[in-house]
Amino acid sequence: MAGSNPNAKPMNLTLKVWRQKNRNTQGSIVDYQVKDISPDMSFLEMLDVLNEDLLRKGEEPVAFDHDCREGICGSCNLFINGRAHGPESGTTTCQLHMRKFNDGDTITIEPWRAAAFPVNKDLSVDRSAFDRIIQAGGYVSINTGGTPDANEIPIPKQIADRAFEAATCIGCGACVASCKNASAMLFVSAKVSQLALLPQGHVERKTRVENMVAQMDKEGFGACTNIGSCAAECPVGISLENIAILNQEFLLAKATSNNLA
Amino acid sequence: MSWISKTFSSSIGRKIIMAVTGLFLCSFLVVHLVGNLQLFKADNGVAFNAYSEFMGHNPLIRTLEIVLVLGFGFHIYEGLTLAAKNRAARGGQGYVSNHIEQNSSWHSRSMAMLGSIVLFFLIVHLYNFFGSLRFTDVPRDANGNEDAYALVLAAFKNPLYVTLYVVAQIALLYHLLHGFSSAFQTLGLTHRKYTPAIKFVGYAFSIIVCAAFAAMPIYFYFFK
Repeated sequence: MAGSNPNAKPMNLTLKVWRQKNRNTQGSIVDYQVKDISPDMSFLEMLDVLNEDLLRKGEEPVAFDHDCREGICGSCNLFINGRAHGPESGTTTCQLHMRKFNDGDTITIEPWRAAAFPVNKDLSVDRSAFDRIIQAGGYVSINTGGTPDANEIPIPKQIADRAFEAATCIGCGACVASCKNASAMLFVSAKVSQLALLPQGHVERKTRVENMVAQMDKEGFGACTNIGSCAAECPVGISLENIAILNQEFLLAKATSNNLA
Repeated sequence: MSWISKTFSSSIGRKIIMAVTGLFLCSFLVVHLVGNLQLFKADNGVAFNAYSEFMGHNPLIRTLEIVLVLGFGFHIYEGLTLAAKNRAARGGQGYVSNHIEQNSSWHSRSMAMLGSIVLFFLIVHLYNFFGSLRFTDVPRDANGNEDAYALVLAAFKNPLYVTLYVVAQIALLYHLLHGFSSAFQTLGLTHRKYTPAIKFVGYAFSIIVCAAFAAMPIYFYFFK
């Protein structure tokens, strides 16, 4: 197998996993043992092994969110050993590999915690609050008509790069999960600054930031105190600069938009 | 006017109130410190008492006093209620294991606690000096000014007060180490060219102001 290390020894691990039947029941940490885990496995593959074991024993497998397993969809969301997406910086849970752990380790695995992110089951969390924030304004309306010419709207390379950096947010929610205030400002700021930087976003610029911030507050996320945990844990490196841009955009919009309500 | 109340009741609006009042209170610290430096003058309080008399009776200062009270009031009220709101946003069930110390600094996470220590100090401090000068008859010095210097001498002979004052300055130091630059971030005043300078000025400001204030009780306890 390409990239695998033939000398890597399989590992035995103790897992402390949050188990919770559904939204309305109390959960608790349950201990499991997993054996012969290859260091080349991803963290999610290790959980697959656990679930296979549980199924063989006739027990309920552990529910967790995942989709692409390539670090781009933002579905996987585990709080591993007290850190969002585990101890490695700049990585999603699916891209965290078991070689970062040692044989005999005890690993604590918990779901994202926030009042706005209720636990569906075990490690699976309802992050539809993020979808509702995007629906409130995190888009550019496209009107029908002729196809615009390429390069019709020139955008300086520096601006394009900054907008792209903001656009890399995958909406995983690590920012909320790691923030002491469960604030969603980094997520909201990434989308607001991405669209504020680009000319296509200017038509709806003011209404966008007003509506997205209003929805963010309505969902029950906390307020930012600039501690920086979010940016430190963000798997794609969204910077705190975006939150400053969000604050600017918000103040400007509130002071100058035509929305009186 | 509903858009105004909506702006300042939103999470960002409330943070903006914290930032503006916080920076305003920083400017107050400078004024307070510069005036109080006269305590170190070797004239047995003549200059300090004259300054104190001016601050207590000048109509412009008395008007600004109202603004100052509002600044403190908003900063304290918003600070405490935001801390409660943020705690609620965390949700009922906390993490079993949370290594937040690996991604943020202790003082940045402890702003409400540090601020509360400063608030407790503020109440005692107002009782010590402002309360006596404003609401009671204080003996006057040779120049006919209220003898505020004597109050300072008496208060700083009490080791309890000296300890409280010094501890409060340490709390204020850590509060400012985060608060000063954080206020600029909240106001959206960041720039790749200027943010490093703002951070440096914030650190220097915090250390100089708090060290100078802490020096006063220490000086009076040990050397007066």
